[in-house]
Amino acid sequence: MNTLNTTVTSEADMPDENVVPVQDEKPAETVIEEGKTVGRPFADDAKFKLRNVEVFYGEDRAIKNISLDIARNEVIAFIGPSGCGKSTFLRCLNRMNDSIDICRVKGSLQLDEQDIYDPKRDVVELRARVGMVFQKPNPFPKSIYDNVAYGPRIHGLANRKSDLDDIVENSLRKAGLWDEVKDRLDATATGMSGGQQQRLCIARAIAVSPEVVLMDEPCSALDPIATAKVEELIAELSESYTIVIVTHSMQQAARVSHRTAYFHLGHLVEVNETNKVFTSPEHQLTESYITGRFG
Amino acid sequence: MQPANLLLLTLVLAVVAYGLGYARSRALAMPLGGIRHLKSLPFYYGARAALWCGIPALVVLALWAAFQGKVIQVLVIGSLPPEMIPADEGSASLLLSKISNVASGALPPGFVEAPIVEAAERLKALRGQSRMLMTALVISVAVLAGFLGWLRIRPRINAREQVESILKWLFFACAALAILTTLGIIFSVAFETFRFFEKISFIEFFFGTSWSPQTALRADQVAAEGAFGMIPLFTGTLLISAIAMLVAVPVGLLSAIYLSEYANKRVRSVVKPLLEMLAGIPTVVYGFFAALTVAPFISDLAASLGIEASSQSALAAGGVMGIMIIPFVSSLSDDVINAVPQSLRDGSLALGATQSETMKKVIFPAALPGIMGGILLAASRAIGETMIVVMAAGLAANLTANPLETVTTVTVQIVTLLTGDQEFDSAKTLAAFALGAMLFLATLLLNVIALKIVRKYREQYD
Repeated sequence: MNTLNTTVTSEADMPDENVVPVQDEKPAETVIEEGKTVGRPFADDAKFKLRNVEVFYGEDRAIKNISLDIARNEVIAFIGPSGCGKSTFLRCLNRMNDSIDICRVKGSLQLDEQDIYDPKRDVVELRARVGMVFQKPNPFPKSIYDNVAYGPRIHGLANRKSDLDDIVENSLRKAGLWDEVKDRLDATATGMSGGQQQRLCIARAIAVSPEVVLMDEPCSALDPIATAKVEELIAELSESYTIVIVTHSMQQAARVSHRTAYFHLGHLVEVNETNKVFTSPEHQLTESYITGRFG
Repeated sequence: MQPANLLLLTLVLAVVAYGLGYARSRALAMPLGGIRHLKSLPFYYGARAALWCGIPALVVLALWAAFQGKVIQVLVIGSLPPEMIPADEGSASLLLSKISNVASGALPPGFVEAPIVEAAERLKALRGQSRMLMTALVISVAVLAGFLGWLRIRPRINAREQVESILKWLFFACAALAILTTLGIIFSVAFETFRFFEKISFIEFFFGTSWSPQTALRADQVAAEGAFGMIPLFTGTLLISAIAMLVAVPVGLLSAIYLSEYANKRVRSVVKPLLEMLAGIPTVVYGFFAALTVAPFISDLAASLGIEASSQSALAAGGVMGIMIIPFVSSLSDDVINAVPQSLRDGSLALGATQSETMKKVIFPAALPGIMGGILLAASRAIGETMIVVMAAGLAANLTANPLETVTTVTVQIVTLLTGDQEFDSAKTLAAFALGAMLFLATLLLNVIALKIVRKYREQYD
């Protein structure tokens, strides 16, 4: 950790944000040093405090000594080439890796100062607070209503049918889906279009009023119009939720996120304000990736 | 030559034709500059020559083998003196078997009339001639056609297309064979069933509540009038199948859930084959396990509780049968549960559902149609099961719902009706066909429903 502060640029050093950056100025860092992240990986108002996180698949070390803070109500994007560990890291945040037998997680992961991987920790409660949206829309083969009502029912969030109706309506409204489906709440969810299904999955996730929403490439299976709708939705949701989004689209990361984290071969190479990452990356690898030299 | 040997010889000739055709196509290709100037690969020219050689010869062989018996019979009968020519079919077949017995030496010639001995001689001679003719014909057809096929190998002929289309018909013939066999079984059962209903009324069979198929063999014999009510048998079948399903469905389903959702890879790789082994144990073994171990245990247990139980009981047979069909339920359910996409599991778990909530509320409903299909297939297996019931449930056709009593099933009655020496025109034997037809319809119905459900399920994820 002690090496990190050397590369953090202070506010005074930063160029005027409105000035188009000079790209021929080479980034300072060129090599990856384990446990060393350039940019600004830490935050004052941290929702997640993640320190020295390592993830093993059997003998394989998929995540190599990553430390990162995720601030309250920020949208942070994880980018990086395929297989760089960004999804694996994301799935540590709500312990979705638990169902994989050979997966082990080391290090300290805290949500609101409480250890996520404490053996005594109730995973059900954790996942109720940290919702997740997946790459492929995965609505249950049930009605639209039952899909959204699934979480609230499990957690006993509604005492009466009318309460449940309210939760379903609110969630669908927040997901921008209400007007499209209000007349066919009993129709099966699998009959909807891909974009609608993904927004339904978002509605389903926010129906249990989580504090954090994890999104694992939520738009990779959607067409551009559906993608635009989901991105719009993310922008609206960022007012009330902390959002962590894994994406392969750099434009998407640039459009929706406040901060961007660049992963490379299990290392967290660079984290910074999104516009900084995309205009004047501090690490050679980040620059190569965002300029399309690989990935 | 025997037809079987002739068959082998034809195959050998076809192989030879293949080799020659292959060689000729290569030889023809050489002056053109290699086999890429042929329309097809040498393999196809060889295969084409082999098919030319084999197929006509086999057709001739099959036709000859099918018709030679009939033709020889007609010739032999026709050569008898006019006063001996039989008037009806029954006496004709009697006479023919007499003649062939003399010919084969089973009946000494001294016991029969002179014309029959003569006829037997003629039969022998005709058979010998027929065989020789057949051998000559088949071999010459094979050689001639093979030679023609070999001669007609030209670089411009597309042998590939011809071989492919012949192979297509060959495969079709194989598929048709299975269907024709099924049709044959259906027709033979249906025919005998109609004969049964000429003797016994529909009403008695379908609504009669007593089953005792013992009828008098001779007109003057003192015997009870047979009773052919199928209700006790079908209730017996239903009772035993219901008990079997009561055992198999919960155990099978829950073990499938354990295997697919909870067990780790190592446990699964051991337990699943072990469970499936249950289906591989011969039913006879289950039968004596039921009869010698389970049934006495049940009757002892019942006696100690002060309940009367017979030494053979529906409970013993049904329980053991249930164990036998556990793998049908568990294996199919396991497959279906595994087919539910992992993304649905993830979606549910990510919402904070526990593993069992996920199972109950997402996976099970999604897999239910497939599971139902598996259960129905297991049910049709239970309905058709015979051996366990013969050994453990008894033969008495009781109309009862008490699982501790001895009952009998449709299949068991079919076995007892048809084993041993039977005459094939009594109501007793024909009843077996009627029962078989009913059983066939019942299991067919179950299978159709099961297939329908499984198909409906498939559409959901594809």
